[in-house]
Amino acid sequence: MSDSLTRRSAFEGLHPIQVEGAVTVAAMPYATRFSFRGDPKAASACSKGFGVMLPNALLKAETDNGRTAISLGPDEWLLIAPDGEVEALEASIEKALAKQHHSLVDISHRNTAFTVSGPKAETLLASGCFLDLHLSAFPVGMATRTIYSKADIVLWRTAADTFHVELWRSFVPFVWGLLEEASSEL
Amino acid sequence: MLLIPCPHCGNRPELEFRYAGEAHIARPADPSTTSDQEWAEYLYFRSNPKGLHIERWRHVSGCARFFNCVRDTVSDKILKTYPAGQPKPDLAELVKEAGQ
Repeated sequence: MSDSLTRRSAFEGLHPIQVEGAVTVAAMPYATRFSFRGDPKAASACSKGFGVMLPNALLKAETDNGRTAISLGPDEWLLIAPDGEVEALEASIEKALAKQHHSLVDISHRNTAFTVSGPKAETLLASGCFLDLHLSAFPVGMATRTIYSKADIVLWRTAADTFHVELWRSFVPFVWGLLEEASSEL
Repeated sequence: MLLIPCPHCGNRPELEFRYAGEAHIARPADPSTTSDQEWAEYLYFRSNPKGLHIERWRHVSGCARFFNCVRDTVSDKILKTYPAGQPKPDLAELVKEAGQ
């Protein structure tokens, strides 16, 4: 019996999705992720420990120095940082929050992410996402939890033609398969 | 598909929501002194109107918050949504506003 655990990417064995001149779907590297819940006071304390201002406004993402905070709800944030920072961030956030009421859950291994980029990124995502993704309705820096077909995703527009899609790793084969199918019609 | 205006996220497709029954049903403050009839009414009896209905929804695939919604059960028209915890709106007033 093996006594070590091997980390396996959720994207292992999937076909690359690339339509020349239209769209590219690419897996993102491993990352550190936290789900943070708390009131606005706890959020501003958490900002100090995390190093990025947790946005107060809903449906917004704030990025600084490779770290991102996304506001998912009035008292819920998704925090993303480079891989391998779980312990360090946990310690610094817990220190900044001292005795304030909050919840900080490590979800690094539950979630995974990929990017959809290219001039047809909006069109490809519209195959399963019901939101208006036009730049005027979904500007750069906007982020929200929504659904792609039947899977919960967090959609974040990082550039005019690039989306970051955050989802549970077990949903990857389902979402990837649908995107692959839809990309054949672009 | 219904377009439901979440009080936090704005207009969103119905698929992101879960219905959660009639709103403003208060649990009896002291269940041990409540009669069986009163308890049964609290648990199971709902107004089921033909017309305006105040109901709870949860934006589960969005902000994940519960909120309240005034919907016409005949036309499915949504007159108002407001965060959970706010008082019941004046229905007559809402109808007047919608009629204008």
